[in-house]
Amino acid sequence: MRAYVSVWKLRFINGMQYRAAAIAGALTQLFFGFVFIMIYMAFYSHSSGQPPMSLKEVITYVWLQQIFLSFIMLWFRDNEIFDLITSGNIAYELCRPIGVYPLWFAKLLAQRVTSAVLRSIPILIVVFFLPEPYRMAWPPDLPTLFLFVASLLLGLLVIVAVSMLIYISVFWTLSPTGSTLMISVAGEFFAGMIVPVPLMPDWLQKFTYALPFRWTVDFPFRVYSGHIPQTEALWGMIIQICWLCLLIGFGYASLRRALRQVVIQGG
Amino acid sequence: MQDTIIQLEGIGKSFKVAKRSAGLVQAAKALLVRDYNVVEALKDISFSIGKGEIVGYIGPNGAGKSTTIKVMSGILVPDEGSCQIMGYTPWTDRVTYVKNIGVVFGQRSQLWWDVPVIDSYELLKDIYKIPRQMYEDNLRMLSETLDLAEFIRTPVRQLSLGQRMRCEIAASLLHSPSLLFLDEPTIGLDAVSKLAVRQFIKTINKEQGVTVILTTHDMADIEALADRILMIGKGTLLYDGSLEQLRGRFGVQEKESLDEMIVQLYKEHQI
Repeated sequence: MRAYVSVWKLRFINGMQYRAAAIAGALTQLFFGFVFIMIYMAFYSHSSGQPPMSLKEVITYVWLQQIFLSFIMLWFRDNEIFDLITSGNIAYELCRPIGVYPLWFAKLLAQRVTSAVLRSIPILIVVFFLPEPYRMAWPPDLPTLFLFVASLLLGLLVIVAVSMLIYISVFWTLSPTGSTLMISVAGEFFAGMIVPVPLMPDWLQKFTYALPFRWTVDFPFRVYSGHIPQTEALWGMIIQICWLCLLIGFGYASLRRALRQVVIQGG
Repeated sequence: MQDTIIQLEGIGKSFKVAKRSAGLVQAAKALLVRDYNVVEALKDISFSIGKGEIVGYIGPNGAGKSTTIKVMSGILVPDEGSCQIMGYTPWTDRVTYVKNIGVVFGQRSQLWWDVPVIDSYELLKDIYKIPRQMYEDNLRMLSETLDLAEFIRTPVRQLSLGQRMRCEIAASLLHSPSLLFLDEPTIGLDAVSKLAVRQFIKTINKEQGVTVILTTHDMADIEALADRILMIGKGTLLYDGSLEQLRGRFGVQEKESLDEMIVQLYKEHQI
């Protein structure tokens, strides 16, 4: 356990060195938040029917999305791990008395948390003080807030487990571009990153509910706004845990297979 | 002879290598039909190494030196044969086994690129669960003998190759391994760093009884360090014996350098 905390710490130290990136990131997220909200405002002012999510809920959803971007982005990638695999430096990871899967899991988790801490805290303060209608809403009550935090963290673990599969696939493809692009485009759409899931057509929603991706974005964010009631949220968290076990189990097994066949070339 | 620490028997490993000729037509053809060459990287390699030895592992480029090191350090699973090191089979008992060994791959890096060296060491301390006292003693000893004090707080990316290599070697020894694999540790080093590294290898071998297996193309390394030479060519073991024996074989031509002798030996075996 100490080792993982240590990896985490080193990652954090590493991330703190890039101050300019953090500031630029925060500003970008703020900018995108405004743009998306303006687009939804335009849509909502011209819609005739009763929308499945209120504008206020959508605005909160957009801000959460921007604040926790590094928790939910699938394209967020750790080039170091790709380099390890393609350059053969993985030889060193294999000489350590520690499992590769948990080690990488810790690295990826640390990278996302670091990035979130450096980017989201500043935005988090700003968005609560914005003028209406841009201002971010508070969750309806305290239990909802707790449920949100728990489901967001579970979602974070799910997304790291999904992205582990991308890294593992590089053992076979040797290039991260293809698998990252494919999984991230599809994954982000089905997670509700582009359009919130309740705004999708019914048939597409059914499809989305069958995939793991929505549990990382759509679910925790709608728990926050109270759009998903509390009892349903608890059930949802059980499903999150199931997906997590499934994804980790699958990733663990495939990494084992990959490592048995690994050929470190050259040198 | 001393206790055996490494026992390899009949180790074999072959790789499938895709091949095609140059040119567009050939490239297009390769899209449909792939031609593979099976390269036998290791063929029936057997040897044993005793505790406290320094063994030089030599051979021309592509002979299978690194492959052997990878097999012995548990990274690569061989196709056949058995390997017992300190009672472990490296590739099946990987996690428990690697606690006892240190590995330096001269062409790769184990240090975190963007942070000071000392941060990487702290991480290794936790990964190997090194007790604080032992870590501090080792670190002091290593930074004295390898002369690291000046740049241990510098980010790795700003180090010169020689400085980095010394840090890499230190990193592999923080957990007091009893067996050290060095895969081309002196590659690209200047005279000063080379001597420092050699001196250091001698010291840890004498004082702590660390068994060292070292691959290199620099015969001066071998001359300075190794009591015993293993020579490999095209995946087979060609020579196993002491340096003096090798000299003896070629008569007492003291003027002849070790390099020339090795070339002759390569020729003899047509590799």
